[in-house]
Amino acid sequence: MIPELFFAYFAFAIVLFSIIVITRKNPVHSVLWMLLLFFHIAGLYLFLNAEFMAVMQVIVYAGGILVLFLFVVMLVSLKEEIKVARFIGAWPTGFTFAVALFIVILMSLRSFVAGPQGKYTIDLIKSESNIKVLGKLLYTDFLFPFEIASLILLVAMVGAIVLAKKRFKG
Amino acid sequence: MLLSAAVFTIGVFGFLSRRNIIIMFMSIELMLNGVNISLISFSHYLQDMRGQILAFFVIAVAAAETVIGLAIVIALFRNKATVHVDKINEMKG
Repeated sequence: MIPELFFAYFAFAIVLFSIIVITRKNPVHSVLWMLLLFFHIAGLYLFLNAEFMAVMQVIVYAGGILVLFLFVVMLVSLKEEIKVARFIGAWPTGFTFAVALFIVILMSLRSFVAGPQGKYTIDLIKSESNIKVLGKLLYTDFLFPFEIASLILLVAMVGAIVLAKKRFKG
Repeated sequence: MLLSAAVFTIGVFGFLSRRNIIIMFMSIELMLNGVNISLISFSHYLQDMRGQILAFFVIAVAAAETVIGLAIVIALFRNKATVHVDKINEMKG
């Protein structure tokens, strides 16, 4: 009973906050609601026995990405943002498309069949700790994707510097 | 999974309908988060760690994507002085 209540609260809060995020007029408010949203998602991860992912969610998203968003929102001007309409003229098209996509996903969920159970049961993860299991897998089976991820981050860093740099004359 | 689908759909709606390009980036983040929720819940219910590893990579790529996107926004704002997508409709330099 208690777990269902927990999940219901988190699910309701996440959906509510997502809607709030995309409908606020002021982007700063949007960013702050998104912070709350990310904390709730981290709570949901804790609930799903993914402690490391919950911590990563808080550090990377709430700590890193949202600060970046906030910086950019502050850098670009906000004065006329409050006055103009929030949505572009063709927003019913987008809404229809989104609802249709939701219905398609719901229909496909009905024919969902669960795959075979893996070997990482909750007891095994508890005996070794989530981070240890994750780290072992990351540095053995998933070593190559891990290195590619580091390369992607390097490319992003260089690209951001090149893009945001002022062009000097001469 | 219903929750994940809902968050993803709201992200799609926001991406297609908002005027401000920064909010559009936030909608992309929403979509990625919806997928992450789904991955981690599968990882829990199928008792397999691969879902969490995939979600980890998704977070890394999302960070890279946001950095690049926001750098583009800054460069765009410097050139055009607007963040509204319906005013950015030409590809001339």
